[in-house]
This record gives sequence, structure tokens and C-alpha cells, in this order.
Amino acid sequence: MEELALLFPNLTLGFSTAVSPANLFYCFAGVFVGTLIGVLPGIGPLAAIAMLLPLTFNLPPVGALIMLAGIYYGAQYAGSTTAILVKLPRESASVVTCMDGYEMAKKGRAGPALAVAALGSFFAGTVGVVLIALFGPPIAELALKFGSAEYFSLVVMGLIASAVLAHGSLIKALGMILLGLLFGIVGTDVNSGMSRFAFGVTGLTDGISFVVIAMGLFGFAEIVSNLERGGAKRDLLFGRIKHLWPTLDDFRRSWKPAIRGTAIGAFFGTLPGAGPTIAAFSSYALEKKVAKDPSRFGSGAIEGVAGPESANNAAAQCAFIPTLTLGIAGSGTMALMLGALTIQGIAPGLQVMTQRPELFWGLIASMWIGNGMLVLLNLPLIGLWVKLLTVPYRMLFPAIMMFMAIGVYSVNNQSLDIYITLMFGVLGYVFVKLKCEPAPLILAFVLGPLMEENLRRALLISRGDPTVFMTRPISAGFLVATLALLLIMVVPAVRKKRQEALEDQPHDTTA
Amino acid sequence: MRFRIKNQEDFWSGLMFINFGVLAIIVARDYPMGAAMRMGPGYFPTYVGALLAGLGAVICVRSLRREGERIVGWAWRPLIMLSVAFLVYGFLMEDRGLGFVPALVALIVLSSLSRREFKPVELTILTVALVAGAVGIFSYGLELPFPLFWWR
Repeated sequence: MEELALLFPNLTLGFSTAVSPANLFYCFAGVFVGTLIGVLPGIGPLAAIAMLLPLTFNLPPVGALIMLAGIYYGAQYAGSTTAILVKLPRESASVVTCMDGYEMAKKGRAGPALAVAALGSFFAGTVGVVLIALFGPPIAELALKFGSAEYFSLVVMGLIASAVLAHGSLIKALGMILLGLLFGIVGTDVNSGMSRFAFGVTGLTDGISFVVIAMGLFGFAEIVSNLERGGAKRDLLFGRIKHLWPTLDDFRRSWKPAIRGTAIGAFFGTLPGAGPTIAAFSSYALEKKVAKDPSRFGSGAIEGVAGPESANNAAAQCAFIPTLTLGIAGSGTMALMLGALTIQGIAPGLQVMTQRPELFWGLIASMWIGNGMLVLLNLPLIGLWVKLLTVPYRMLFPAIMMFMAIGVYSVNNQSLDIYITLMFGVLGYVFVKLKCEPAPLILAFVLGPLMEENLRRALLISRGDPTVFMTRPISAGFLVATLALLLIMVVPAVRKKRQEALEDQPHDTTA
Repeated sequence: MRFRIKNQEDFWSGLMFINFGVLAIIVARDYPMGAAMRMGPGYFPTYVGALLAGLGAVICVRSLRREGERIVGWAWRPLIMLSVAFLVYGFLMEDRGLGFVPALVALIVLSSLSRREFKPVELTILTVALVAGAVGIFSYGLELPFPLFWWR
């Protein structure tokens, strides 16, 4: 039980960092602003974090990360709120919540649905923190054994997983990955010092900033396609939320789905490339399967809210495990967190845990505090969030444009970034029209440099022999898993299932 | 024989991938290739580009056979107006530009023009409120060093 002994001093250090007044304030500010932005139409967690990144530039690293994590949770939870109240999931992970959450709201039970979502998320978050504390260090230790071959294969697995789990056509998602890898190449090559794909533009020698590409593909393109549909339509079908507290029966029905959902979420969250969406869908499917009366699902079953909501939050939490220990982002949002680390001058990866323990454990502890704040903040303030939902889109999108423009410009203080964002915005709109999913592209963009570097190093060490990826057991394991993922997709029955599961998701995904 | 594209979305996606892939290969020709053991800067982009072009070709060919959806309803007006708004903002924020406040005003007004209805009073109030908020938060609160106007 060496871990247990280690766990407590680590978490103690974490909590002592997180409860400093300044950090508590950053956590609160993050959760509040995240929820605020997340409730507004057309902004998912990814765009919210990208937009609010400049708010954290002048903060100390710990504070900045804590605030960003708060924004992440806030925006994630806001997605559930809007899913329940107006059947508008802000991000694909809360699509499932719509099914039964909105039905509950229609029956006047929006309050209990919101409360169960919040409490389930809090429970999942608590378990998630313990899991990170337990398994973070061992995974980090395992990662010490990773050579370039293992890293390369792990990245390949993450990328392929993200394509398999993206909606729409698999082959187009694979294309988007390759395109993302190409965009990741732009900039100075670390090995030769040669500037690649910069087209003679000096501002491009440092590569394309992540914020720029995220804002273009997820922010700008999103606004254009919202306006195409005549602005995001919303119908609020109730006046006031009367009773918030779930009944005893609700609790009785919810606790098991919450536990199962947490387990599913933890599994998918840790897997790079998977994440909250697939966790929520799997949990819903499982609850429907184990339920005594499956016909209740889809017409306001509280289990259908408790399970997926817990799963999605557990996954959101556990996504920090690969991000912080391996330095491999499992999703676009995590990539942004890595980007924020880099902006703060911290190299992501193992060193974070060993050299900056107060940062690592402070962040973990503040996640838990942030989850608690979500419960305290969302339930009493629900009236305010509902009010925000009634702000018309014609007043919102100029504000979103403004925050995007300021956010993009402030990263490097150069107008060039605005122009590049515009280019990606137009490209992003083309992607929307062609039904090409941008989430795999952005993941590949982030992981590309890591992939090339490790490919080079692995082949240098093996003297150009490509079998090195198959002869090293861990690397071979990752590649076999990748191949299995792809092969499964070829099986017609699975393909059909995937289509069913992913089809009813809307296309305004914000991974 | 008339040639018909059955799946427009896929056809154009494939074409787009082919173009990006070929472009990558052409540009990467200027970079030394090296060999698998000692990769030059041209190695990775060339192979990724080739894979992308190949994949694009497969998608294109498939689109001729499989029935799919047509692409309709481009939102030209929002696309153009929002692009103009961003361009003008970037231009006004350049070193010799007019400064943060004029850039924001231009951005907000031009963005709003992407909708057909035009409500001057509402737009004025919105613009003033947003600019005041942004200057308050970013210039005074976060002390981002943007010159507010052209004279400072």
C-alpha cells in the first residue's frame, strides 16, 4: 500500500496549494466564467477556453491552470444545463442528456434533473480525483520506460481512436488527421532548423498557434453556420423551476447509474482520443440495457441523466491523466491545456509531476474544489443561467467575435494571427459544409510534431529498421490495439451500431 | 456519357484532400528528404502528403458510386461580412493602425451587418457596452498593452 502512503502527502500538498485565497478565487472565477460562456449559444468548452486564454496570461502558472480547468468544467457542465432546459447540447458529450433530461423538464421536473446531473457529476469528479492521485504516479512511472517507438505508437493509437469515435465518415476523419499532421508541420524543423511550409512569412516560423486554429475551426466557422440557420433557435418551454431537490425515489434510482457511469467515464477518459462523448453514450446504452423497464428511457428516466452525466464528468476529469503524465493530449480541449502550460513556460510531460509537484497536485485538488463549486454555483444561480439563454443571438455573436479577436491577437500581439484565424475560419466553414469533422484534425495538429520527432528518433536508433515498432512489446501492443479498432469498424454490424450511436449528434461539435 | 457525382460532399472533400496532399508534396520537394534512418525535413511531410492525396483519391472515386447529399445553402453574407470584420480589425490593430477602440467598433458593427435586419439604436447600445466592457477588462483589468487610440 505504498501508493496510499504517498497519496496523502501528495493530496495534502495539493490542497494546501489549492486553498490559498488567490487560487480559490481563480478556481471560482474559472467555474463562473466557464458556466457563463458555456450557457451562451454556439460556444463549446474548446472555444470557451481558447477565448478566455488571455485572461490567464498574467497569472502565475498554478493559478492559470486552475482557472482554465475551472473554465473547462464550467463550460462542460453548462452544456448539461442547456441540454436539460432547452434541448440544446453545447457539446457532443451532453447530447445524451437531452434525451431524458429534456423530457423530465417537459414534465416540470427540470429541477431534479439539474440537481441529479450536478450531484452525479460531483460524485464522478470526486472519484476521478482519487483515481488520478492513485494512478497518475504509476502511469508516469510506466511512461519512464517509454522510448520513441512507444510514444509514436501511442500517438498513432490516439489519433486513430479519435477518427473512429468522430461522427460522420471514418475515411474522411482519417483524411482530417493527415491534414492536421500537415498543419502541425508548419514552422521551424527542430532537427535541421529549416523553416517548413512558412511560405516566406516570418510570423509562421514559430508554427501556427493552437489558439488560432481552434478559434478559426470552432469559433468563426460555428458562428457562420449558426447564422446560416438564422441564428441558434431556442424554445424555453417553462417559466420557473419550482422544486430543485430530487425525491427519495430519484436518489434510489440514480445512485447505481452514477457509479456505473463513473466507471465507464474513467475508462474512456484515460484512453487518448476517446473522451466524454463516447463515455456518455456508452453509459446511456448500458443503463438502458440493465434497466427493468427500458421503455421508460427517452421519456424522462432519471437514470438516463444520472449515468451519462457522471460518465461525462469522470471522463473529463480522467482526461487529465494522459495529458499531465504523458504529455499527450487526448482531445482538443486537453491540447489547449497543454498549450497553456507551454505559454506559461512549463514543458508538459513527466517533469511536471516530479519537478513541479505543487502545480500538478494543486491542479488535481482544485479540480475537486471546482466540482464542488459547480454544485454550489449552478443550482442556486440556475435562474440567472436561464435568463442568459433568452439573450438573442443577434446580440451575442458580435460579442463572441470580439472576444475571439481579442483572444487571438493577445497571444502574440500580431495581426497576422487574426488573418490566419480567418483563413481557418473559412476553411472550417467549408469543413462544415462538406461534413468533415474538425476534432480529429485539431488533435493531429497538436500531436503531429511529437509524432514526427519520435518517428525520427525511433528509426534513427533502429538504423532505419521499421520493425522496431513491432518488436518492442508495449509499442506492438498499441499498434495491435489500433489495428483492432480499425478492423472492428470494417465489421458491418459494428459499423451500423456506430452510425446509430453517432448519427443523432448535431454537427456543431466542439470537442 | 454524362458524368454524375452521386455524393457531392464526399467528392469535394476528396478533391480538397488531394489538393492539400499534392501541395504538401510539391512544397516539401525543396526540403532534403534524407532516408528512413536519418530523416530530412522533407521526409515526413512528403509521406503524409502522399497518404492524404491517396486517401482523397479513394474518397473521390467512392463518391461517384455511393449516393449522398448535395451541398446547398452557403451562408455567403455572414461569411463575407465576418471575414471583412476580422480583416479590418487586424488591419486597425497593426502598428500604424488606429488603435484598440476603433478596431473594436469596426469589428462589432461589421459583424452585425452579416444579418439582414439592422437596428441602429440597439447596435449603438451594444457597441458602446461591449467596447466599454472590453476596455475595462482587457486594458485596465488585465493590463494588455494595446494602444487605445491612434494618439497613444
